[in-house]
Amino acid sequence: MNILVIAEHDNADLAPATLNTVTAAGQVGGDVHVLVAGQDCAGVADAAAKIAGVSKVWVCDCATYAHEITENTAALIQSIVNGKGDGKGYSHVMAPASTFGKALIPYVAALCDVQSISDISEVVDADTFVRPIYAGNALSKVKSSEAVKMLTVRTTAFELADDASADQSTDQNKWAEIESIDDAGATNWVQFIEQSLSPSERPELTSARVVVSGGRGMQSGENFPLLEKLADQLGGAVGASRAAVDAGFVPNDYQVGQTGKVVAPDLYLAVGISGAIQHLAGMKDSKVIVAINNDEEAPIFQVADYGWNEDLFVAVPALQAELEK
Amino acid sequence: MKILVPVKRVIDANIRVRVKPDQTGVETANVKMAMNPFCEIAVEQALRLKEAGHAEEVIIVSAGPEKCQETIRTGLAMGADRGVHINTETTLEPLAIAKMIKAVAEKESADLVILGKQAIDDDNNQTGQMLAAIMQRPLGSYISKIEKNHDGFAITREIDAGLEKLQITSPAVVTTDLRLNEPRYASLPNIMKAKKKPIDIVTPEQLGVDISNRIEVLQVTEPPTRDAGVMVSSAAELVDKLKNEAKVI
Repeated sequence: MNILVIAEHDNADLAPATLNTVTAAGQVGGDVHVLVAGQDCAGVADAAAKIAGVSKVWVCDCATYAHEITENTAALIQSIVNGKGDGKGYSHVMAPASTFGKALIPYVAALCDVQSISDISEVVDADTFVRPIYAGNALSKVKSSEAVKMLTVRTTAFELADDASADQSTDQNKWAEIESIDDAGATNWVQFIEQSLSPSERPELTSARVVVSGGRGMQSGENFPLLEKLADQLGGAVGASRAAVDAGFVPNDYQVGQTGKVVAPDLYLAVGISGAIQHLAGMKDSKVIVAINNDEEAPIFQVADYGWNEDLFVAVPALQAELEK
Repeated sequence: MKILVPVKRVIDANIRVRVKPDQTGVETANVKMAMNPFCEIAVEQALRLKEAGHAEEVIIVSAGPEKCQETIRTGLAMGADRGVHINTETTLEPLAIAKMIKAVAEKESADLVILGKQAIDDDNNQTGQMLAAIMQRPLGSYISKIEKNHDGFAITREIDAGLEKLQITSPAVVTTDLRLNEPRYASLPNIMKAKKKPIDIVTPEQLGVDISNRIEVLQVTEPPTRDAGVMVSSAAELVDKLKNEAKVI
């Protein structure tokens, strides 16, 4: 059995979500190969080759894949699954359940006439997976009868695979072989215009060890630097509830929840967040949850390990002062 | 331009779902149902494109049991022109749904299909991508903005790292994210008017689509619950707990 993991990257760095996906692939059992499709992405391919458990890296370095255009990457994956590049034959194709993977995998699956499975949180066996439904209010165990399983992986449910920063990968003999592969042509339907990314010196939200999130209680975007300072003291990332994003306090990429990002840090601080089901869906697997809210009835307190019923504009500065001691 | 909007009937977003005791699924009997919120955003966007003079007709399509017609009526009450109901009692998977929507889109010569990015029941987030793939039309997933222009559509997508702008050709398939618009409420006169709007009824067989399931649901269970913890009353107490009890800082 060969499993193809689609690397998520920005041509410079491999996204950590790829490492969680490799772990999930390892649990399926079989040879794990990684596809790196990009432009000037040799560094990413090198990084992928050093991931523990990866036996081969396909790299397609071509202008077509400079940006993650779903149609182009999907055509390449289809060509690989159909036997291009030595006709390996893959039993599974897996990608992280990020906006990249969630757009890509169903598209590839439909090209191959496969019913894909989204957002798996557990690998039971090579055909059987568990996934959350209804915003995580139920878990569905499903078995696929497809010849090729196409899956997106809930990255927070799987550990990071060891990579170049881990000791094992200093042994060159363990690095995977890297092989180039031809491109599969480009669509002329889609033209990339630009990306406007929120620059941040902080850790990436979905892989941060600490997340400090603000909700409607923050009152305005101008108050978010309060949380940023706290996040910096704790070495964490800043997130937000849907209410805060809808109100325009912060950009969309801050959103944690059912339809935003799913996070599971060691410490999640919910500040001025009431705790709607849709928000809980994105953070309730965090190891420790702290809630700060001036409404003692807020549902967030029902899932918090530590609750503090206090005005956040009093509590957060006090917390900052205490951490500075 | 003709716009097709596929919509899904789901358990109302405000209802707390319960897993059935026999673990075959969640309780849907006597539970309030509604149009999937992302589908409402899709209907709204179609209506705005029509109101801006870019489209002549907005058609709502939904697949499922007869009750789906209520959901189609919701879209008609918002202002859509007519509906298509794909009538089946079979539980449907996204690929089968995409194939049926393709058949309808081709029959109706739809220039733009707008779908919600995901349904809040199964959280699959698949149908739009699959439809674009099998129709071989450009995909604009997770859009927060769409403008008709000479070359097709200028779209802005919500991606994990921020926003992405693409230009896609027409005809196209797009899926809606939360920030695209704020859906309107149907007025009473429009609800009355919607009752007279036509809904065509077709079957999967008539559309020539095999809807047999490829994924078997073995068991549906409750997730592990979290218990409420303790309340603290000062920053010093909280920091002490996080350092010495939880050991996370």
